[in-house]
Amino acid sequence: MNLWREVMLVAGKDLRIEARSRVTLYQVLPFGLIVVLLFAFALDPSRGVLARVAPGLFWVAVLLAALLAVSRSFQVETENAARDGLRLSGLDPAAVFLGKAGAIAVQLAVLEVALGAGVAFLYDVELRSVGLLVAAAVAATAGVAATGTLYGVLAAGLRVRETLVPLLLLPVVAPVMLGATRAWEAGLGRAASDGWPWVALLALFATLYTSIGMLAFGSLLEEA
Amino acid sequence: MREDALLHRRVATVVGWSALVSLAVLAVLGLWVAPPDAVQRDAQRLMYLHVPAAWLAYLAFGVTALGSALYLWRRTRSPVWDRIAGASAEIGVVFTALTLVLGSLWGRPVWGIWWAWDARLVTTAVLFFLYVGYLALRRIPGPGRATRCAIAALIAFVDVPIVHFSVDWWRTLHQEGTVFNDELKAQIHGTMAFTLFWGVLAFTLVFVYLLDKRYRLEALEEGRDERELEQAIAERVASGETGPGGAADLVDSGAPR
Repeated sequence: MNLWREVMLVAGKDLRIEARSRVTLYQVLPFGLIVVLLFAFALDPSRGVLARVAPGLFWVAVLLAALLAVSRSFQVETENAARDGLRLSGLDPAAVFLGKAGAIAVQLAVLEVALGAGVAFLYDVELRSVGLLVAAAVAATAGVAATGTLYGVLAAGLRVRETLVPLLLLPVVAPVMLGATRAWEAGLGRAASDGWPWVALLALFATLYTSIGMLAFGSLLEEA
Repeated sequence: MREDALLHRRVATVVGWSALVSLAVLAVLGLWVAPPDAVQRDAQRLMYLHVPAAWLAYLAFGVTALGSALYLWRRTRSPVWDRIAGASAEIGVVFTALTLVLGSLWGRPVWGIWWAWDARLVTTAVLFFLYVGYLALRRIPGPGRATRCAIAALIAFVDVPIVHFSVDWWRTLHQEGTVFNDELKAQIHGTMAFTLFWGVLAFTLVFVYLLDKRYRLEALEEGRDERELEQAIAERVASGETGPGGAADLVDSGAPR
């Protein structure tokens, strides 16, 4: 079996579990939307403020939802000793990492589309350069999924993982939050600066942590 | 290298006393010998603590990364490196917090604000949380703890330059010329420069002393955990030998026959 096929197997498994349980769709997505709504309560709902800070609020909502998606992705592995099954399956650990990260990324992409629509609708922003927005979102999602999967498996066997993963993950993805927000500000026509250098930074981050994940996942899966 | 301590006890005592004496000398140098700053007056004297504290924090996180990498590398794998990494990270977090507090105290009289969204301040704050998370992870026992922590330390370490670069980029897009100006730094009085150098030296001695102390404590803690485990096993074996069924006896005793 080549690497790609193994990746698709693991990603397919996780997405199939999601398609049957609908936890992301029925729990994580409404959570993200209520966060978007709460921001409007917290800030002045007169349209100027919300539209100005919309990119930042959108990415904060995505990161909070991503924490739940990561937690869910490794919760399914703790039940019925599924992690032992994964270890004994003979799959390449790098493929397991890419598969799980890929499944998280797909779920995050769906979330981002829904939350983006919510933000555009509720905060009254117009999508100026769609290409920039999509490129930034893809790179940022890959980075969040890679780091999230790494910390997810790191904390998978621990009883305190629900509280530990946010503490570990949020500081590490601080540059993603920063880069994605700046790129989206440019993409929504809120800042005069060029957004593409930020997309390059996001892509660098995603590449770096995907490489680390592929290297380190084996020993983490073995020892966790 | 001995397993239960980094330094010989006598060497550790010497390092401890030299750290104490050099801190006292630093206090004299910083408060009386060095001239007050032309613009900031006496407030500038905080630099003699602030900069060495920041230096020590970076040194400590560097040592943590090195220890973690050496632990992960199979040829040098040893609990010694894991303990060094953990001990160093603890010192690093304390001194990162100290750097932030001292910087804030300095910023208030000089800039008129406690906190500024300056690149270095934000990077240091993120650095603090990165390693607070690492310490939280270290506190969780279980098999594979050392490997888990070593990988987490390296993930955090790789993130530091990215955070610094992105924050630097972000702030320079918005404001011209930060408070930290390279040209000002270069024009520093000879006595001031010496005091600063002395501060870095004194804090490095403090680091070595604390690292050894924390290392000994970690070794003792691990020893205690092992002894407790051995004792528990011994008790279990002993209770199994008293009756024919061992644990099964306890279950049966309450049930009617």
